[in-house]
Amino acid sequence: MSNTTKSLVVASAVAAALSAAATTPVAAQSKEKCYGVSLAGQNDCAAGPGTTCAGTSVTDYQGNAWTLVDAGSCEGMELPAMADGTARKGSLKALTRDVPA
Amino acid sequence: MSVGEKHFIQAMMDPSLPVPEGLSDSQFRPAGRRFNVYRNNVATSLTAAMHTAFPVITKLLGKENMDGLSGMYLRAHPPTSPIMMFYGADFPVFLAEIKQLDHLGYLADIARLELALRTSYHAADAQPIPADALAQIAPDDLMKTQITLSPSVQLIASAWPIYDIWRFNTQDDAPKPNAGAQDILITRPEFDPIPQLLPAGGADWIMGLMQGATIAEAHDKTLETMPEFDLGATLTLLLQGGAITHLTTKG
Amino acid sequence: MQDSNHTNSGLPLAAGVGYKPQHFTQLLDAPGNVRWLEIHAENYMGDGGRPHAQLRRLSEQFAMSVHGVGLSIGGEAPLDTDHLARLKHLIDWLNPASFSEHLAWSTHDSHFYNDLLALPYTNTTLARICDHIDQVQTVIGRQMLLENPSNYLAFDESTWAEPEFLTEISQRTGCGLLLDINNVFVSATNLDFSPQGYIDAFALDKVGEIHLGGHDVDEDDHGDTLLIDSHGSEVVDPVWDLLDYTLERSGPLPILIEWDNDVPDWPLLAAEAERAASTLQMRAV
Repeated sequence: MSNTTKSLVVASAVAAALSAAATTPVAAQSKEKCYGVSLAGQNDCAAGPGTTCAGTSVTDYQGNAWTLVDAGSCEGMELPAMADGTARKGSLKALTRDVPA
Repeated sequence: MSVGEKHFIQAMMDPSLPVPEGLSDSQFRPAGRRFNVYRNNVATSLTAAMHTAFPVITKLLGKENMDGLSGMYLRAHPPTSPIMMFYGADFPVFLAEIKQLDHLGYLADIARLELALRTSYHAADAQPIPADALAQIAPDDLMKTQITLSPSVQLIASAWPIYDIWRFNTQDDAPKPNAGAQDILITRPEFDPIPQLLPAGGADWIMGLMQGATIAEAHDKTLETMPEFDLGATLTLLLQGGAITHLTTKG
Repeated sequence: MQDSNHTNSGLPLAAGVGYKPQHFTQLLDAPGNVRWLEIHAENYMGDGGRPHAQLRRLSEQFAMSVHGVGLSIGGEAPLDTDHLARLKHLIDWLNPASFSEHLAWSTHDSHFYNDLLALPYTNTTLARICDHIDQVQTVIGRQMLLENPSNYLAFDESTWAEPEFLTEISQRTGCGLLLDINNVFVSATNLDFSPQGYIDAFALDKVGEIHLGGHDVDEDDHGDTLLIDSHGSEVVDPVWDLLDYTLERSGPLPILIEWDNDVPDWPLLAAEAERAASTLQMRAV
């Protein structure tokens, strides 16, 4: 491709994007949805449930003693290991932006 | 006797250890299960934080499994910061190393997606460019233009159908996921992060922009591995999401 | 008795509530007798987004109190200077009426345990806490309030009673005190002392704010009642009585309702605040 052709390809892609974006702004599509993130990880100064519960269960901190019990929605999805995309595996880390600790 | 912090913490995090001596009730009897109040507060509050931080993982695995995993995680990775909104940063790696979950290879990437949603939610505010800013740049100059993205933009690339999995577990009428690789762009046009499926090559192009490449440089590089890359569709997602904050034309 | 025009915090002599994001719209539309809000500092230490936008909007209408839960003032280690800097940043831009923290610790060896942990009251811990409070007040450039904890057990090594310990901290550092009356009731029940006696011994002239909240009932190994500071229900009558007892001696003070677990719909929380406001008004007559 010549530079002029490339320039035309990019310019027409930009023009298409501008007109598509003008017709359906994404904010209008998904207003008021925050998928739980707004309440995630709140600090507070309340105490928990007293003297008997999870914090005193010994198996909780022994990883090898943990067993997968009846599961949630993953049971309805059949996605075998190595489903696809082996060529892309190496790029996983590089494409994820840093998450502040 | 004196009860130091180290001793207190060890007994608090490991309920098989005895309650430290030197802690009592009002009649100088050993504190016994009074100490469990602290054991439970820590375990329960951090478990609750994990449930609210990873609602899709919780739905995929079920509440009971998430309780058990949280109990292990909070002891292996107690928070390193007092800011609970970012707790769970090591959870993707932790999940990937759990043998019992080997058959659910996508879990770590879903956890990354949920972390990225929270990061986006709390990211700094930024004003997007005016709608016509790109239109005012001449075609030749467009090629030399760099795009600065909002701090709320996040990219998650995966070998798994993470967008379909996420949608299946958050929307009532969503179809079951099919096998295949999917990349997600998160934008935050107002206050709520929105995950969207990127066209093939879109993540590479946006990553190029993030690293300072011009529109054309990132485009050329993406075409090398993904000849059918749709620049227009990818740029549409950025524009719709208010994700572009600055344009800089080089030279 | 305290001069009613003067408080140890900049908060109004009125009722406030602990702010929960789910109440944002109703708080603005139907605040009832709520005049001020308290936030947990750590929930606003992100870089922006909705939490900051809500805070800016609320601070136009309500006096604000910033309540820290993560400084670990009672901890053995030096304070986390990064965290202190984040706190200063928040206080600088929000400019709240008051800042308060806890007589407790939560961080050890760079790990944060997300709970207010108990500490012994000795000359060693006293000196450490005073150093930490001096540092906080220097960095944020204002007086802070220190809150009495809920106690579930006692340290054999303690040589100070809690009210005297808090008075001494206040005298050495110039900090004010936050009196949590539910915590007094919880600790008094759990460790078998008179809550009125505790109030009598407390430096009420240093108090800048009162907390009220609900608690749960559990029991210890011997079947004795063990109250848990759960902030998940209404304030019980004996705690309202203890509030009366306190206000009789202190004069009017800003009163906060805390409700953190099983957060109720707005009308129930507003009703609790209304009860606090009318208790204050009866005192003022």
